[in-house]
Amino acid sequence: MLMRELSKIVTGIEPSGIRKFFDIVMEMKDAVSLGVGEPDFDTPWPIREEGIYSLERGRTFYTSNAGLAELRAEIAKYISRLIGVDYAPEEEVIVTVGGSEGIDLAVRTLMNPGDEMIIPQPSFVCYEPVCRLAGGQPVIIDLKEGDDFKLRPEQVERAITDKTKVLLLTFPNNPTGSIMTREELLPIAELCIKHDLYVISDEIYAELTYGGKHVSIAALPGMRERTVVINGFSKAFAMTGWRLGFVCAPSFMAEHMYKVHQFGIMCAPTNAQYAAVVALRDCMRDVEKMVREYNRRRLYLINRLRRMGIDCFEPFGAFYVFPSIRRFGLISEEFATRLLMEQKVAVVPGTAFGRCGEGYLRISYAYSLADLKEALDRMEAFVKGL
Amino acid sequence: MRSEILSILESDAKVSVQDIAMSLNIDEALVIDEIAKMEAEKIICGYATLIDWDKTAHEVTTALIEVKVTPQRGEGFDKIARRIYNYDEVSSIYLMSGGFDFTVIINGRSMKEVARFVSEKLAPLEHVQSTATHFVLKKYKDFGIVMESRNKAERIPVMC
Repeated sequence: MLMRELSKIVTGIEPSGIRKFFDIVMEMKDAVSLGVGEPDFDTPWPIREEGIYSLERGRTFYTSNAGLAELRAEIAKYISRLIGVDYAPEEEVIVTVGGSEGIDLAVRTLMNPGDEMIIPQPSFVCYEPVCRLAGGQPVIIDLKEGDDFKLRPEQVERAITDKTKVLLLTFPNNPTGSIMTREELLPIAELCIKHDLYVISDEIYAELTYGGKHVSIAALPGMRERTVVINGFSKAFAMTGWRLGFVCAPSFMAEHMYKVHQFGIMCAPTNAQYAAVVALRDCMRDVEKMVREYNRRRLYLINRLRRMGIDCFEPFGAFYVFPSIRRFGLISEEFATRLLMEQKVAVVPGTAFGRCGEGYLRISYAYSLADLKEALDRMEAFVKGL
Repeated sequence: MRSEILSILESDAKVSVQDIAMSLNIDEALVIDEIAKMEAEKIICGYATLIDWDKTAHEVTTALIEVKVTPQRGEGFDKIARRIYNYDEVSSIYLMSGGFDFTVIINGRSMKEVARFVSEKLAPLEHVQSTATHFVLKKYKDFGIVMESRNKAERIPVMC
């Protein structure tokens, strides 16, 4: 037995509080799940086909560290179309192993030990631990249902101290489905400029908005130079298992993020990179089709929940709804566990995404209408029995 | 809204009116009304079931027949097409560009039955010049639906 202690930072990271619940779900074989965080669609065939061809052609070597030049050029064009910000493919785009690596690169490159990073919650689980791994201090803002889970400038202003370095933004949001408009982002951008903050903007769900186009904070005046934009192929192109994302950042940041990536990762999977070129060139129609389908499911889900008396703010992005279950007098994990035990339906307790997720559930609509219907019939029966 | 309703029904004719209404966030009565109108206007021409007869004891033989005809003055191809589609054996008929005029798809119980239909009914029709019959050996995909069952990869049931 070695007596030297392990890293204080790593051992100090708390394991996910709802691991117990997840274990029960994994054990239960016949549960109907609305718990996933990835598309149900197969990766569009032309992308998969390119992956197969690329292996047949023997493209099994490393690419350059930052990624295939061809892919970075396509990404720069794509991002320009998507958010209206131009990045130089050779210097300002890095292809990463999923959006997750992008988050890690950005946080490690921007933070010094002791620096504070503002993280609005409920949000994806990785920001807080990644911040701590970089020696940073997370400062949590609780987003409110009354604000449609949008970040308000007053909240940011209150959280800012003289140690604040980075503001993390994650819209369209997992788990709430909330989005931010240009008007809502403007005062936040002004605060970032006033207090000289960097912004890490995780826009992995940017393609999945309903009724309005996604707006990136990087597109607002004075923001490109202080923002890292994170995006990827997982959600938009149904490519989660390919592990491919990218970061776009001004060259003075990208040049240093590049080092973290180079020494930690080498390069993103070659096969996935070739396939992704086809995704950006030929598969935007497939994305539109998927978005149209998600939108129907979204409306179906909201209507069903409201009919069974479950309050639900209308989300305009991602593929989640985040209904309140407060009126049933159960905490999230209890509600989710009983729903699983009594009706074999799996949803994720809101608390998985931060303490302020208490009283909410995350329900994913990355499922066929038939699956949604079955799960909601069961949920309705459960709610009636409460 | 019509195109939204159609695109839902196109992939699944069994979706209930209630589910369509909720997916499009519109009134059920409106959905019922629009569907009825589209049926009357023959925009929705019917509802059928896609069956893989090979998995049943029922024998079905499908053939695709290329038909060359002499179009009729004043009537073009339509009159001849009508003469052909009135036979129950004909499941589809399309007017084609290129080397022949009609693609006719026939379902019969056996090759013999299909052959008899072609030689006794189709080929002797007035204005039909020639036919070329191709038998279907296996159906992989029809109406956008893959017919063989393949296990779909499973997703992990819960993930943040």
